Amino acid sequence: MPKFEYAPAPESRAIVSLKESYGLFINGEFTASADGRAFKTISPATEEVLAEVAEAGPADVDRAVTAARRAYEGTWSALPAKERGKYLFRIARIIQERARELAVLESLDNGKPIRESRDVDIPLVAAHFFYHAGWADKLEYAGYGPAPKPLGVAGQVIPWNFPLLMLAWKIAPALACGNTVVLKPAETTPLTALTFAEICLQADLPPGVVNILTGAGDTGKALVTHPGIDKVAFTGSTEVGKEIARACAPTRKKVTLELGGKAANIVFEDAPVDQAVEGIVNGIFFNQGHVCCAGSRLLVQESVYDQVLASLQNRLKTLRLGDPLDKNTDVGAINSAAQLAKIRELSEVGEAEGAQRWSPPCELPVKGFWFPPTVFTGVSQAHRIAREEIFGPVLSVLTFRTPAEAVEKANNTAYGLSAGVWTDKGSRILWMASRLRAGVVWANTFNKFDPSSPFGGYKESGYGREGGRHGLEAYLDV
Amino acid sequence: MSDTGAAPARLAVRKTYKLYIGGAFPRSESGRSYVVTDHQGGFLANAALASRKDARDAVVAARKAFGGWSAATAYNRGQVLYRVAELLEGRRAQFTAEVRAAEGLGARQAEAVVDAAIDRWVWYAGWADKIAQVRGAANPVAGPFFNFSLPEPTGVVAVIAPEASSLLGFVSVVAPAVVTGNTVVALASERCPLPAVSLTEVLATSDVPGGVINVLTGRAAEVAPWLASHMDVNAIDLTGAPDPLADDLAVAAADNLKRVLRPGAEDWTQPPGLKRILAYLETKTVWHPTGT
Repeated sequence: MPKFEYAPAPESRAIVSLKESYGLFINGEFTASADGRAFKTISPATEEVLAEVAEAGPADVDRAVTAARRAYEGTWSALPAKERGKYLFRIARIIQERARELAVLESLDNGKPIRESRDVDIPLVAAHFFYHAGWADKLEYAGYGPAPKPLGVAGQVIPWNFPLLMLAWKIAPALACGNTVVLKPAETTPLTALTFAEICLQADLPPGVVNILTGAGDTGKALVTHPGIDKVAFTGSTEVGKEIARACAPTRKKVTLELGGKAANIVFEDAPVDQAVEGIVNGIFFNQGHVCCAGSRLLVQESVYDQVLASLQNRLKTLRLGDPLDKNTDVGAINSAAQLAKIRELSEVGEAEGAQRWSPPCELPVKGFWFPPTVFTGVSQAHRIAREEIFGPVLSVLTFRTPAEAVEKANNTAYGLSAGVWTDKGSRILWMASRLRAGVVWANTFNKFDPSSPFGGYKESGYGREGGRHGLEAYLDV
Repeated sequence: MSDTGAAPARLAVRKTYKLYIGGAFPRSESGRSYVVTDHQGGFLANAALASRKDARDAVVAARKAFGGWSAATAYNRGQVLYRVAELLEGRRAQFTAEVRAAEGLGARQAEAVVDAAIDRWVWYAGWADKIAQVRGAANPVAGPFFNFSLPEPTGVVAVIAPEASSLLGFVSVVAPAVVTGNTVVALASERCPLPAVSLTEVLATSDVPGGVINVLTGRAAEVAPWLASHMDVNAIDLTGAPDPLADDLAVAAADNLKRVLRPGAEDWTQPPGLKRILAYLETKTVWHPTGT
């Protein structure tokens, strides 16, 4: 496949006006942290400092929870449901109006290609608010009884891989169901959440309904263990998810967890190979593989292994890695130095354990955090790269002979978030789908999301669902 | 030869109360038993005192049964469970006597409890082929896909059955788990385990496959922690665990992110709602392509 030369086509940064420093968003106002602590957020593509951000301590968490409680009792729960919905519609519209600004900001802070933030993340954010807005005054029809009640104050902690989209997944259903929230974005990607705080102001959302606390793990811990919250929602690693489950176990807080995955992407011999290869690439190299539901284990039927692998390698040679703001970029920057170190370490383990490592010829920028698309072949089920979530652009390839063997291998994991099936046969899709122990099964596609489609895991991928009618349950007292 | 008096009263043949694991009735592998008394302290029986090994054996049996039970058609599961109610009905007198002895109820009350337990079993059996319609969904995604969500059983469910309600309570916590295709390891009421053990005789002679429902008797404080920390158990119901123990069990359950059901005080005579069925269901969402 020829690789065409493209002239750089960067999206303009001018649409974003970065402030030098950002405060916490508590009770409808931006405020410094009580102890004055702050940290810097950088662009992972260049290591350039983008802004300084306040770091919330326990006193700030307390302030935010108090504000959220007051808003819950004073304004938000007293508001007619249809008015609650209208606020969410407003927010959805403002997100659409400021979509390009949010996309650029997301790519700057996260390192993901502008093509993805512009075409996937931000449109889904708006869709998520729009979808849930309509639920606010229809909850009695959702199947949770005639008058389902909100829980109260939700403490929400989200990851850095889809910063604003994860915020939407958390805040939209919480508000639609009548709760108020204190949300902590990830420490490496706080900027779109802080812009979302401005959007709440533009929408005239009552103070305290949404509070945004920036900070790292300690801030998150202070939030989820705060006795003043009624609900904990967390998206992140299984390790931290278990800590949260333990911490909340003796309390009566309702907890939902959306955690790690090690999804199998299963290609049968009758699958259209070109389409499957696109799906494999999208499954593991979308968002640099920083996707909890990434198709990180490729299971190929033996009879088409050579063909699929050759096609895949050819396709990977055409991927463009580089400036996230360039509209031609396919693979952006790894989100942080720490994540890059983890990806490197597990890749080295993969080699040491005997798997064969391959990457397309790929020049990595000198500054910033980068890792080339990588494929491991000769992987066995016992290898760590077949068991542990790498959360990077690293694919492990295994083979199978029969559908039953594919199911067995796919399910041989402590995780159970997602799976992919590629075949021309509709009956086989449904046969596989019913046997795969995973919360989402994509057939002849991968990494598709929709606000009406419930998402969440089996086993150690967590509990609870986000999206759709099912997702409302997480924010209702049922 | 002359009649020297009335024949001596017939000596009753007593029952040995054992565990129920994988469709068989073993004693505890530990060789231990404990004294079960009636509500006034009179001796009723020596029940098996289950050990850690028994709990683990029961989990293995439940896991082994999960594939077949969860893959059975909903109609089939519904019929199999309804059959249990049929057999219970035939043993009403026996269960009434056992519940009376265990819980110290009057005859009428005990009868009402047994009737309620049978009716509850029937109620839950009927959910087998309805829950997917109530709990499933076709989702209108913005793309060329038929997107649907279905409830699926979460796997092996450990149940710490309520302490006071030996039959109605036991039925009310076990039936909602198995009706959707989960398999169960249930720890019967510690103080009054005998009605639950007799229920296993009904299960063994009905069409419920061995391993789908496993019943242990013994000390919650001893056995429940092994179930709560077991890495091949997917969910745990803490109904029968007293609060300090329940806290510890909930913490241990986080090791593999078990789904934890920890309800408050329950009135078993009230309609149960769907809470318990839903506690052990996963939602699976499938994106199926459309096109020509």
